[in-house]
Order: sequence, then structure tokens, then C-alpha cells
Amino acid sequence: MLELRYVWEWPVRITHWVNVVAIVVLSVTGLYIGNPFISVSSTTPYVMGWMRFIHYVFAYLFLMSFMARMVWMFCGNRYASWREYFPWVTAKGRERIVGTFAWYTFLRKTPPYEVGHNALAVMAYAGVFTLFLVQCITGFAIYGQFEPGSFWFNLTQPLLAVGNQQLRLTHHIIMWLLIGFGIHHVYSAALMDVKEKNGCLSSIFGGYKFVDPEEEVE
Amino acid sequence: MKEEQTPAALSIPEETLLKWEARGIKRRDFIKFCTATTAALALPITLVPRVAQAIEDNRVPVIWVELQSCTGDTEAFLRANQPTAAEIILDTLSIEYAETIMAAAGHQAEKSKDDAIKKYQGKYIAIVEGSIPRDGAYCCVGGKSALAIVKEVCGNAAATIAVGNCAAFGGLPAAAPNPTGAMSVQEAVPGATVINLPGCPVNATNLTATVVHFLTFGKLPATDKLGRPLFAHGKRIHDNCERRSHFDAGQHAEAFGDPGHRQGWCLYKLGCKGPETFHNCPTCRYNEGVSWPVMAGHGCIGCSEPGFWDTMSPFYRRLPQVPGFGIETTADQIGLGLAAATAVAFGAHGVASALRKNEHDSKEG
Ligand code: SF4
Repeated sequence: MLELRYVWEWPVRITHWVNVVAIVVLSVTGLYIGNPFISVSSTTPYVMGWMRFIHYVFAYLFLMSFMARMVWMFCGNRYASWREYFPWVTAKGRERIVGTFAWYTFLRKTPPYEVGHNALAVMAYAGVFTLFLVQCITGFAIYGQFEPGSFWFNLTQPLLAVGNQQLRLTHHIIMWLLIGFGIHHVYSAALMDVKEKNGCLSSIFGGYKFVDPEEEVE
Repeated sequence: MKEEQTPAALSIPEETLLKWEARGIKRRDFIKFCTATTAALALPITLVPRVAQAIEDNRVPVIWVELQSCTGDTEAFLRANQPTAAEIILDTLSIEYAETIMAAAGHQAEKSKDDAIKKYQGKYIAIVEGSIPRDGAYCCVGGKSALAIVKEVCGNAAATIAVGNCAAFGGLPAAAPNPTGAMSVQEAVPGATVINLPGCPVNATNLTATVVHFLTFGKLPATDKLGRPLFAHGKRIHDNCERRSHFDAGQHAEAFGDPGHRQGWCLYKLGCKGPETFHNCPTCRYNEGVSWPVMAGHGCIGCSEPGFWDTMSPFYRRLPQVPGFGIETTADQIGLGLAAATAVAFGAHGVASALRKNEHDSKEG
């Protein structure tokens, strides 16, 4: 019998969707800031001003969301826990990694049975969270320069040693990596929804997934 | 209230002004110089008399050494801004040694340097222009290596002012691959009291102001983490730039000479590094306050930042080249390629996945 299980708690879902919105807005405004592609002829529009304002507001939103998710790593259920993100430390986890990899590369007929994330997915997310962190740090380091002595400036000043331009390049490249990740993420979620038939795609809206207790191995 | 604020500058004692007049410097110019310097130092206008007093009372001997440099800083200083600033300062500082302007030559010149070091030990200001090669073979003056010279000159000075990016951070000689192993003064003489006045060249106003600060307060002005005085390097160019309103509006020159460029729009898209550079160029300007690069229509190249030749280039693009990729490949092109490749790869994977038979399907089917 299939059972319905509450897998993604509300903080996981909310931070997920805030991140989605923030990343889209930050990428569009960020692309404009890096290369102002809208040309205006009068002084009234204040395009760059607005783009930067929106970028900074969503940067704060993204930072809060990211920090909230980090806290939830320690308060949430097992599917949200930080332990999920290091499958490679246990033998069981390594087996799941190999299994998922084999399935993705068409070497295996069925994906390993998973309730939460699959082993490759969590490893990708661990990478993505690292990118989030670097993105927040480089972003606020660049932002803080408008006022030397300000909170962000003092906090991030040691980073200026790697070069102001290098910070910008890193910030820029990570944006593209995250866009690449977004494409992969939507595809994989849809694929899993089709193949696992457990309500994967809708679970990020409602939180529930179908679980077959017989197949679930601890 | 109003009276209190009015001409503090005028309270420079009459006899001081007369003395300067006797030296051929108009009182108006002298007051202008004191006021401008006080302003450059971001000091309150009420301190003008004190500055005037300090210039009058204190003489400070200076030894100016030039190492791996282009003499641009000397030039900038000799063309110092306010009409009489150079004269005032040359009069106030007794320059004991400076290759470019001294009358003595050869051994005589070297002797006057050695004498000055002995005579004013611990009291003079050393001004260093140019970087110091690690290997003595590259820069010798009077048979002494550059390293030995700065160790001697800076080690015995009350304070050292490193002028220009080369002396402050290594500058052009230190740009990759740095064939001479060029270093900054701070790297060459780690123990010395050094203040960095980078810029290519140094802004003479900032140099004069630093010296005046030393004369007035007996110490060097407050600095940032890179050892640059805050009065000159405390703010970004971008945040004081006269083209900033065009930046905020979104009006960007796309090419040199295009209508936007001719109308004085922001030079951001032409690679201006004003947003990365801490310097007071927009407020101080160069050459008697006449102009500065962005005002003249060329983007900032970040010449007051460490390693600018390597880190701020390409000067006409916003971002550095991605190492390991073709010279003309920018981060955006790589990013777009990456995103497209991801989409294609997963698209292909999707087609293959849709075609393959899967356990559940066969169970149900
Ligand atoms: S010209 Fe340069 S410094 Fe001035 S507003 Fe534009 S980008 Fe900033």
C-alpha cells in the first residue's frame, strides 16, 4: 500500500520558492548591471538606479532565505537535515550514489528507491549551497565598497586582497553556473516525477510524497 | 553665528602674509594654497591658520630617491597645482637630494645624500618613486643596489612617502611576469614607517597635503588597510564621479566618439574602473585642478589600486578575461555556452529517458 508522507516541511518549501524568485530577479538585474543592455536617451528613467536597488533588495531576501535554510538543516526533519548532504561518507550512501549514477547513465533499469532526495541530487545541492555562499559573500563584498567603514565593507575587506575585479568575475561566473544548475534541476525534477511516480514535482508545492513502505529501506 | 564661520582663513597673521609676499608669493595665492590643502586633507576650515603656521615654522628636509620609475611623479610634482604650491613646498622642504632637480651630479650628489642622512637622521622625510627590484643587478645608483638605497634612506627617515603605484605597490615593473622581481617600498623595508600615495602618477595635491599634514601635526595622516591616506583614498571614484547621474539613469557611451560619449555619458561600458578604484580624482583632479581622465572622456584604469596593470585590464572591458580561454572570450559568452550545453545535454537525456522501458511501465503495461 502506498502511504502519503510529509517530506518537505514548510520552511524547506518556502525557502525553495524564495530562492527561485530571487535567483531569477538577481540574474536579470545582475546581467543588466554587468552589461547595461537597455539604452535610454533622457536622464529621467533611472534604469541603472532601479536595477541596482532591486538587485540589492533581492540580495538581502536571498541571503535571509539562504540563512533560514541553513538553520533548518539543524532543526528540520531527516530529509532537510545537513546529514543528507554527505551521502559519500557512509557505505550505504556510496551504494546509493553508484546506483543513481548507473540509472542516470542508462546502466540500470530502475532508480534506487528514495523518499527524499536521491544521492546525486543532494551532492549537487551541497555544491549549489556552496555556490550560494560564495555568491552572497562576493556580492556583499562588492556592495559594501560604496561606503568604506560600513558593516559589509569591514566584514568583507580581507577579500579585496584577491582583487576587486576577481570578485566581480567570480560573482558573474557563479551566476551562469546557477543558471546551468536551474536547467538541470527542472529537468531532473520532471524526470523523477515521470519515472518514480511518487508526486515528486508537486511535493515542492504541498510537501507530500507517495511512499511505498515495503520498498523503503532504512 | 555667521561671523564665527566667516573668513577663518583671513586670520592668518599679517606678518606671515607679508613674509610670503617678500618672497614673491601673493597673499591671495598663499591663502588659496593653505585653504585648498586643508580642504584636500578634509580638515575643517578653521584649521587653515594652523596649517599656515606650520608651513611657516617647520622646515623638513627631504630626500627623494628614484628607482625603477618613469619620473612621472617628479613631473607631476614639479607641475604642482596651485600656481605657487611647488614654490611654497620647495621653499618649505629643503630638498637635500632629488636626482631630477638637483644641481650636483655624480659623486657630489651621492655625497650630499649621505651627508643629509647623517645630519638629519630620524628627522627627514624620504620620498621614494619607483619600485625596487629584488635582484640588485637591475637598478644601481652610484654603485649601490636599489634595495640597499631604500634600506638606508627609508630606514633612517622619520617617515617615508611612497609616491606612485610603483613605489606603493610595485606598479608597472611588478606586472606579470615581473622580470626584475619588483617590490613596493613596504615590501622592501618592512620595518619603516611608510605611507602609500599610489596613482599613476601621484596627484601632486595629495603629496603636498600629506607633507603639510606631517608639518602641521607631526605625523602622517590616517590610512586604510593598504596604507593609503583616507583623505585621498577613502572613497571610490565612482561615488564622486561627475558622470554618475548618467550611470544611474542608464545612459552609457557605447563607443569612443559616439553621440553618448560626446554628450558626456557614463563610461562604464567602455571599461571604466571607477567602481573598483578608491581615489579622490573627481574632487581634486590633476594639473591645477584642470581635469582628470573621466572628465577628459577616458574611463578610469584603476591606477591607484594594487597590481592594476594585471587586475584592472583589459582596460576597455568590464570584466577580466577568463584564464585559460581565448583572449576574446568573455565570461558571458562562456556562461551562455555553458547554459546552452546544459540544456542540450539534458534535452538529449530526456529523449533517451522517454524512449527507454522502465520497470514500472512494464509492470503496469
Ligand atoms: S564614468 Fe566611470 S566612475 Fe564615472 S559614473 Fe561612469 S563608471 Fe562610474
